[in-house]
Amino acid sequence: MIDKDQYKVYQEPFYQQQRNEVALYEAAYRNRLPVMVKGPTGCGKSRFVEYMAWKLNKPLITVACNEDMTASDLVGRYLLEANGTRWLDGPLTTAARIGAICYLDEIVEARQDTTVVIHPLTDHRRTLPLDKKGELLHAHPDFQLVISYNPGYQSLMKDLKQSTKQRFTAFDFDYPEAALETQIVAKETGMDAAVAAKLVKIGGVARNLKGHGLDEGISTRLLVYAATLIKDGVAPRDACRMAMVRPITDDADIRDTLDHAIDATFA
Amino acid sequence: MTETEYQHPLMAAYWKQLDTRFPQVEEVFEDCMAEALAVLTREGLDAYLEAARVIGKLGRGVEPMLAFMEEWPSTAKAVGESALPAVMALIQRMQKSPNGRAIAPFLQTLAPVARRLQSQEQLQLYLDMTLDFMERTTGSIHGHHTTFPSPGLPDFLAQAPNLLNQLTLAGLKNWVEYGIRNYGTHPERQKDYFSLQSADSRAVLQRERHGTLLVDVERKLDLYLRGLWQDGDHLVPYSTAFDELRKPIPYYDKLGIRLPDVYDDVTVGCAVRTDQAGVNQGGAHGAPYGERIPGIDRYRAVLAHIVGHRRWSEAQVADNWSPFQRMAVEFFEDCRIETLLIREYPGLRRLFLALHPKPLADACDPETASCLRHRMAMLSRALLDPDHGYTDADLNDFVARFHAVMAGGESSTGEIAALALSYVAKTRRQSDQFAKVHFADTVVDYRDDNRQLWKFIEAGDEEEAFDETRKIEPDQEIQGLPPRHYPEWDYSSQTYRPDWVSVYEALHPSGNAADIDRLLAKHGALAKRLKKMLDLLKPQDKVRIRYQEEGSELDLDVAIRSLIDFKGGATPDPRINMSHTTAGRDIAVMLLLDLSESLNEKAAGSDQTILELSQEAVSLLAWAIDQLGDPFALAGFHSNTRHDVRYLPIKGYGEHWGDDAKARLAAMAAGYSTRMGAAMRHAAHYLGARPADKKLMLILTDGMPSDVDAHDERLLIEDARQAVRELDQQGIFPYCISLDPKADEYVGDIFGRQYTVIDRIERLPERLPQLFMALTK
Repeated sequence: MIDKDQYKVYQEPFYQQQRNEVALYEAAYRNRLPVMVKGPTGCGKSRFVEYMAWKLNKPLITVACNEDMTASDLVGRYLLEANGTRWLDGPLTTAARIGAICYLDEIVEARQDTTVVIHPLTDHRRTLPLDKKGELLHAHPDFQLVISYNPGYQSLMKDLKQSTKQRFTAFDFDYPEAALETQIVAKETGMDAAVAAKLVKIGGVARNLKGHGLDEGISTRLLVYAATLIKDGVAPRDACRMAMVRPITDDADIRDTLDHAIDATFA
Repeated sequence: MTETEYQHPLMAAYWKQLDTRFPQVEEVFEDCMAEALAVLTREGLDAYLEAARVIGKLGRGVEPMLAFMEEWPSTAKAVGESALPAVMALIQRMQKSPNGRAIAPFLQTLAPVARRLQSQEQLQLYLDMTLDFMERTTGSIHGHHTTFPSPGLPDFLAQAPNLLNQLTLAGLKNWVEYGIRNYGTHPERQKDYFSLQSADSRAVLQRERHGTLLVDVERKLDLYLRGLWQDGDHLVPYSTAFDELRKPIPYYDKLGIRLPDVYDDVTVGCAVRTDQAGVNQGGAHGAPYGERIPGIDRYRAVLAHIVGHRRWSEAQVADNWSPFQRMAVEFFEDCRIETLLIREYPGLRRLFLALHPKPLADACDPETASCLRHRMAMLSRALLDPDHGYTDADLNDFVARFHAVMAGGESSTGEIAALALSYVAKTRRQSDQFAKVHFADTVVDYRDDNRQLWKFIEAGDEEEAFDETRKIEPDQEIQGLPPRHYPEWDYSSQTYRPDWVSVYEALHPSGNAADIDRLLAKHGALAKRLKKMLDLLKPQDKVRIRYQEEGSELDLDVAIRSLIDFKGGATPDPRINMSHTTAGRDIAVMLLLDLSESLNEKAAGSDQTILELSQEAVSLLAWAIDQLGDPFALAGFHSNTRHDVRYLPIKGYGEHWGDDAKARLAAMAAGYSTRMGAAMRHAAHYLGARPADKKLMLILTDGMPSDVDAHDERLLIEDARQAVRELDQQGIFPYCISLDPKADEYVGDIFGRQYTVIDRIERLPERLPQLFMALTK
């Protein structure tokens, strides 16, 4: 039997509620509705799910999706062994068996045929047919499916099918308001609020440039990185360049503008 | 005029040495001598008088001598008196050539030029350049036995100081080279060029200028406005090059933000006279003395200032205030918004202070000049600079009051105007009315002209009267598309001639589509053979994807390896299948046809003209490409000088290969010349926009690039070669099919190895589609 405790979140992750999403999620979980979390990269989607798992005291199984992932990577496969074969559950099957929250991160990265296997788990059936094994798995009453995706870098190839989208309730995340984000950066790193506010301001500059050469603005995660570096004694200008500007762009004009914003903010 | 007797014996001796009878010289003689005595040595003075005497005897009238007398002392002061022999040598050369008329303008501008150049070596380069210019543009016109003076030289010499203000000596040299090369044989155009009248003269000048050009940083500034200020507007450059007297000031209105076309880098503290060094040390809040502020940051300062106005300024009724009061309000308001800007981005303080002049407290004497501007500039500095160091009590009082007002929040234009008015009242002086205004160090050049700050109730003789909307006469309706301008490569200087060629685009006229069908029928047998090849080319090639856990077939190699692992007791790799996908064919094609006059000639060994053969070949090729399903476009081109390059689309990408396109192909006609580079650039404009993986541009031509206005046959060949390089950079693969048997001499220069010469033109209809297929296989 699988040890379900290994998937538990034991320490409270820091999560700053933006609106009433915690209560809404709890309502969705009470009714075991599948949840979709949308939002730009680094705005706190995964942290939110982790926090909810902790709050609900349920195991959390996270799967980072990639384009090489096949259905059997999710569901499970027969392994060949020296004396025969052995069935190994995939993460989705495991979650359905032990009653965990299964979090499929960046679901659009997975191939479209892969995402179809989650369908029977997300409607009233709550079952997972394991056709190779000849088993119809009924999901544990505590099981819930959560997916996340980033609509920002949507391309023709990377979008969810309507039939998939329409099986989920959804949360739309965005970068928090400046004041709130300042608080988050400060709390996460122990940075004083004045410097955190400056970082948030530079982040705002980059977010204004989204669509004008930047695909995405500077994420809260990068702000936290910058604050961490500053906390460690790196000069603020260097830390900002290193953690906030260089990662997001190769465009010389944008880099120059953001560098100027850093200089103008850290006088 | 009789010979004048000078009172002072020494003066009389000098006058005698000069040996002249020009009364105009006598008028200025004493002043010139006074200046000369101050800067020249004893020997220098003798040389000066001797040179003046020689120039006076040249027989060119009084002008050159007067100019020399007046200009030499200050020239000698700038570069040293030992430069005289070189200058005299050039004058002698001018005198011996037909360019004697240029001596006067040369001497008249010598002093300002010398002041710009600052060293004898630099001056020597300038003299050499002038001489070179003169020799290359002085020439004979075919059929005449006299030589003609250089048409552009006097204009050039007259412009020289102005040019050197904007260009380095190297830039000036490039500008001159361009003019000589392109207008060497055209006296009138040459004059236009060197007097800065013609458009390309200005364009080339712009290119050679030092500093940061607005066009180069426009995107950065757009990003700056959008990113830091959530604002955005058109950035419209105005020229600073040609308005010597009244330098325009940045401003904004409904149509956009007007900025100078170029900003030089500035060094902090340079605005302050260096003889009082040590005063402007920057201070803790300003940039350190001597730091360079790059041009881009000056643009940013202007934009930030203008954004400030747009955010926080409210237009005030101006009618009841005097010009002085308005000026004070402007200074106060400018400082208010800058304070608010600095609150937003503290780093701006350093930038503003670096660009803001720091007038010396005692620089202006209130007894002799109007010090209002000086007082306002000092106050403005003090409002922004916490370590301004001024001790004036009123000034400090108002600085404190200003900060008190600002401490409460944003304040407002009205509130700050009240403060400004009381400042004017408090510090008014009788001398403010003086005509002589102290201007030094009072211009804050990153601030706009504040035209948006004022509204006038009464329409009087104020500025607005000039802005009345004029009724625009309806112009003649434009026929066809407006021309597109393309640069042309000048190989001798390795530069582009900006906007040199005008390309007009118009749909090719139509003929009878059935003609083309008949041609295709004629080549029916060939078409059948081609069809077999086409079927092989059609997208059907499968690509194998290996290492699949689930796939359509067993991949034997991997399966056996896995089995060995399995038998050996190791964990086998379960990915033993493979699957297939079809690789799509994603090629966009552009076929460019040279429709020049030479196509009307009969092809060697055939009774058809090259045009007819090309038509057949192109029909077949179009049919073949259509069969393959690749998107393709078809266009012809010819040219009649650089002002009239015609680009005639026959089939566009969106069009079906149907009767419309065939009808246009049927009407194909030949005429004029072959300006290939421009046509290729224009075609690339369309092909480049296609979303295909591979882009192929086929150029079908029967001769080398040439045009009636290009005398140097290398010129257009080199331009076409440059165009090919540009295509490469855009990811377009150019390929030339030449029908000129002698093409080997030049086509390789243009296209490298991407060309084919078809010797037997009569086989073109067969060869062309085959070639295409070979290229795209």
